[in-house]
Amino acid sequence: MKAPTFKYLRAESRDEAYAAFTEYGDEGLVLAGGQSLMPMLNMRLAQPAVLVDINPISELSGILLRDQQLHIGATTRHVEVENSMLVAAELPLIGCAIKHVAHRGIRNRGTFGGSLAHADPAAEMPACAVALDATLILQSRAGERRVKAADFFLGVMSTDRRSDELITGIELPAQMSTDAWSFHELSRRHGDFALVGVAATAQRRSIGLDGLRLVVFGCEERPKVSKIAASMSLSRKDVAELATAVADDLDPMSDLEGDAKTKRIQARTLVERSLEDLLGGWPND
Amino acid sequence: MSEPDQIIGVSLPRRDASRLATGRGTFTDDIVLPRMVHMALVRSPYAHALIKTIDIKEAINAEGVVRVITGRDLTEICSPFIAGIEFLPNMISAPQYALALEEVAWQGEGVCAVLAESRALAEDAAELVKIEWEELPAVVDPVAALTTGTPIVHRDLETNLAMTMPIEEGDTKSAFAEAEVIVEHSFEFGRQAGVALETRSVVADFEPAGRQLTVYQSHQTPYQMQDVYARHLELAEHQVRVIAKDVGGAFGLKLHAYPDEMAAVAASVLLGRPVKYIVDRQESFASDIHSREMTASGRLAVTGQGVILGVEVDILSAIGAYSIYPRTSVGDGIQAVQFTGAPYRLPAFKGRVRIVYQNKTPCGAYRAVGQPIGCSIIEQLLDIAAAKLNLDPAEIRRRNHLRSVDMPLKASGGLEFSNVSLDECLTALLAKMNYESLRKDQKEAQKRGIYRGIGLATFVEQTAVGAGLYGPAGVRVSAQEGCSLRLNPSGLVNCSTSVTDQGQGTLTGLQQVIAGTLGIGFDDVTVEAGDGGATPYGGGSWASRGLAIGGEAARLAAIDLRNKILAVAAAITQELPENLTIVNSKIFDGSKCLMDLSELSRIVHFRQDTLPPGVDFEMNVTRHFVPRDFPYFIANGIQASYLEVDIGTGAIKLLEHWVAEDCGKIVNPLLVDEQLRGGIVQGLGAALYEHCLFDDAGQLLTASLADYAVPLASEMPDIHIIHVETPASGTGLGAKGAGEAGTLGAPAAVWCAVNDAIRPLGAQVWKQPFTMAHVLQALNSKGS
Amino acid sequence: MTEMLPIKLSVNGAVVSKLVDPRQHLTDFLRSDLGLTGSHIGCEHGVCGACSVRVNGQVIRGCLMLASQTEGAEIETIEGIVESGEAAELIAAFVARNALQCGFCTPGILLTAAEIVAEGKCLGRQEIRNELSGNICRCTGYHAIIDAVEMVLAEKMKEE
Ligand SMILES: Cc1cc2nc3c(=O)[nH]c(=O)nc-3n(C[C@H](O)[C@H](O)[C@H](O)COP(=O)(O)OP(=O)(O)OC[C@H]3O[C@@H](n4cnc5c(N)ncnc54)[C@H](O)[C@@H]3O)c2cc1C
Ligand code: FES
Ligand code: FES
Repeated sequence: MKAPTFKYLRAESRDEAYAAFTEYGDEGLVLAGGQSLMPMLNMRLAQPAVLVDINPISELSGILLRDQQLHIGATTRHVEVENSMLVAAELPLIGCAIKHVAHRGIRNRGTFGGSLAHADPAAEMPACAVALDATLILQSRAGERRVKAADFFLGVMSTDRRSDELITGIELPAQMSTDAWSFHELSRRHGDFALVGVAATAQRRSIGLDGLRLVVFGCEERPKVSKIAASMSLSRKDVAELATAVADDLDPMSDLEGDAKTKRIQARTLVERSLEDLLGGWPND
Repeated sequence: MSEPDQIIGVSLPRRDASRLATGRGTFTDDIVLPRMVHMALVRSPYAHALIKTIDIKEAINAEGVVRVITGRDLTEICSPFIAGIEFLPNMISAPQYALALEEVAWQGEGVCAVLAESRALAEDAAELVKIEWEELPAVVDPVAALTTGTPIVHRDLETNLAMTMPIEEGDTKSAFAEAEVIVEHSFEFGRQAGVALETRSVVADFEPAGRQLTVYQSHQTPYQMQDVYARHLELAEHQVRVIAKDVGGAFGLKLHAYPDEMAAVAASVLLGRPVKYIVDRQESFASDIHSREMTASGRLAVTGQGVILGVEVDILSAIGAYSIYPRTSVGDGIQAVQFTGAPYRLPAFKGRVRIVYQNKTPCGAYRAVGQPIGCSIIEQLLDIAAAKLNLDPAEIRRRNHLRSVDMPLKASGGLEFSNVSLDECLTALLAKMNYESLRKDQKEAQKRGIYRGIGLATFVEQTAVGAGLYGPAGVRVSAQEGCSLRLNPSGLVNCSTSVTDQGQGTLTGLQQVIAGTLGIGFDDVTVEAGDGGATPYGGGSWASRGLAIGGEAARLAAIDLRNKILAVAAAITQELPENLTIVNSKIFDGSKCLMDLSELSRIVHFRQDTLPPGVDFEMNVTRHFVPRDFPYFIANGIQASYLEVDIGTGAIKLLEHWVAEDCGKIVNPLLVDEQLRGGIVQGLGAALYEHCLFDDAGQLLTASLADYAVPLASEMPDIHIIHVETPASGTGLGAKGAGEAGTLGAPAAVWCAVNDAIRPLGAQVWKQPFTMAHVLQALNSKGS
Repeated sequence: MTEMLPIKLSVNGAVVSKLVDPRQHLTDFLRSDLGLTGSHIGCEHGVCGACSVRVNGQVIRGCLMLASQTEGAEIETIEGIVESGEAAELIAAFVARNALQCGFCTPGILLTAAEIVAEGKCLGRQEIRNELSGNICRCTGYHAIIDAVEMVLAEKMKEE
């Protein structure tokens, strides 16, 4: 299982990366942490002519708080997100979810931007980005584009990114101390991709919650905010009903771990647990 | 440390452990030879197809390519494998070629070998081999494989049914007629892969001038492979040497002769150059033996008190495209039947196994061969019966366990027992796990809507198989183990053994047996193994035989060497040999120290001139041992699982696991404990996740470690162990095997526990593995 | 013909300059070009952890990084942490506890465990289990490995 031949280009700057994109077009692939791309290369599922290694571009890495927005650079490693005090304080949802991403050795190398670019429907970070209403920053020779996470993910491993664009970073609105959030994941084993997961945020009001952004992920082609959940106001007695409605509204893909029916049952359970979390300890009704 | 009981029976750490931990192991891929070339295979993309043409022109001209070989290139030098059993004349088996000639019968069957300067270049060129195929209908489903008019898996076969074997003892008809309670159930067992962390690997080195073949291979049985290579490549037996250096896990999957490894060895013969072939992980999933794909239906007849009157079991065992060479693939199904009910008194037993070919990866022996299936079936049936009778699961087992008073026994399933300790194990287990309070905890939890379950699984394990199995079957696998000892000039001892060690620590156990028997220190013995050309001929490592059989050979050799030493000591000191002993590497007459062993050793090696004439100064002994009076040793025990089922998601969380086990005399508890734990976790993997899935066209869907899930540290429970020691009666050492007990009983324990947890909801799981999807399926189709 | 790429890096403290095939992964390079066969290849798709090595102080999957990416990097392998004595306590605990059988996974597990020990957090058994979840061991059943790491962590806590 050896990777096919390709040319390796070390990009020291964004411009060097853009130059490579221009020269090689669709023949080139960005190499970030390599934790998704390298297995595909080793299995010869990807056969690019050129790999453009963006790891040396130091300005792509780092976590900053600016105007109530947390900016996470594309090549920031999962482990940095996991250990970041800023993330723990401002984005507790991410702080919780990142622990579900793979294993230590993979988090030491895999990147935040890579996770989003790869757009695995069972990945945690894309779902959290959608739940948190994050904005992706895409840059190319032509300039910068800012795309809402909800619009970025198009399908299984398919995104709105053009092949000449680099994801340079992600902006995530800091969670308020009054915000409620919840994260649940069902996976076969610790560190596995989600079979079904739920990432949710909501604003606590004096009574109840609103602004519910509930993302069921892992079982559909892309993470998206549940319209049904968003349209309903939440109170404790409605939890079961809402969970059923959200689950019924899903269009789950069957896979080796279960058919659509199974996924829907599992999603319903996790949604219910999430809603309980969101309401937990908050005055209601 | 030198009193035997200070060495034998003591937890000593393994001598080779630090070497392996520090990265100084020599695994086959670590071996590099001059002019070595690397092999990659073109494997069939179809489960069943005819090869119309193979075009290798482009591949031959690719960078770094040395040679491209097809099946035709090998027909002259390499004969095909046909795996049959002489006493099963009605068994049918197709020839299997190192590289397929005209027809491929599973997705992954090797078709063409590319030899190049690196593995990467070989893989590049393999992509350039152009093959024209004619796809044929694939036989995938075992039941469909038996219906008339179904396509045949391989054109060298007339039917897909490899064989049928009925077993009947006692009168099941009247047993079921008299029974107060009859329970019956059907079960499905998923196909599993062995997944050794080091994949199968071979470095073959044929030296044409002397026609000497040396093969370094990650394998359990170098002697068997020497025989296979010699016969199939028409080489002289003594010029074939197979060396297994460090082996990164084996579990039965490295017990067989594989066509791809044969192709690598044959390629070395063709090229006259060393060839390295490392099966990569995807190839490993497609081509290592699979096992345990079975469907079964069982019936149990009991009295109102839960006493077993009779058992019936019918098993369909699907073994893939070929019967694996040389041991065949029928053992799984046969043992599954034989072990259904084996730990219990069965007045009447009726069993049948049908073994069927299909266009899937060939199956073969994987740790505990068939026994987990038999165990799971009977344990399920017993629990269902207990629930009907409102009996505690522990109680129904106790009422039926084989007991010492039943011994010796030829049981209904055909097994022969010499001793058992099932009740002792059960009592010890229940005490250790605080069974009663666990039951209380379970009830409490249920009130809070938490579904916990306790599962018990009694098992008997067939270990240390003797001369009666392969020999009469016409399979050229030796059941003996040998041990050579050499006393060196300083009084230190080299051992060379036929037993091989893939991490079990058997060699450390042998070291203990030898040191303890001789009266020298543990560190005064070194043990060499794995070199089929330089060690005594034997079996190697299979069916939990290392210490039970190899240990007995070592004990016999140590006794002989001790007697030789004492004879020389007696001649030197003018004492009677029968009065002498060796303690702490010193020769004693009673409490009087006569001389150091090192002094004696110096004399026998350098000063033979000072010995009285006629004194035997040769300090080499070799002894072999093979069980001839008994077919095998039956070890036994019971496992318990405590777990929680999340009825909203189907997820199972293992809370704790226990085993009370009797493997006879324990030479080193540290080794036995970790054998048990490792085995149990493989069984837990089988219970929870492990499943080789294929689509309807016979395409393997789980060909990576991401798709085929094995247990990780995070989900596995702590495992508590209790030992009961009933020495085996057929050897002086008294050890039985312990290598498979864990894997054997764990799935049944989990199965019973899951069903115990969800029984209040009227649900039962019936398919292994108990995936979340299946648990939910069970909860939603209550009562099936 | 394969175009080779020059790299210069530090491996276990020694400077290494080599020409590499751009597609070669790090563990392949360490094993075949430098003879550092203590890191093993168990899957080449990032799941098993047998190939683990340390790059610039962090444990990573050697099969998921290209040798060509290691220009200027500091690599440490099992051979390095054995020679520096860093792994001595862990190895002693693994041996005493019989926390390895075939030993194929062990170098990778030791590197991961060394990182956990170095972080100096006080971890319970389940936490140790989770931290080691990225390293497959098919032989031991993990229990003894957890015991060994727990022992070393406890010793360390005592020292501090
Ligand atoms: C065994 C294993 C288990 C895993 N488990 C999980 C899990 O549970 N959850 C999870 O979320 N992930 C998991 N992963 C994947 C891991 O999180 C990856 O790190 C992540 O998906 C991709 O990030 P990367 O930096 O490694 O990207 P790479 O592998 O380098 O790249 C992935 C893709 O994104 C593109 N790309 C990367 N960065 C950019 C950029 N800045 N701009 C444009 N394109 C870019 C690449 O061209 C490539 O197509 C697992 C991986 C492994 C090997
Ligand atoms: S070989 Fe790298 S993770 Fe398995
Ligand atoms: S000791 Fe064999 S894989 Fe861990």
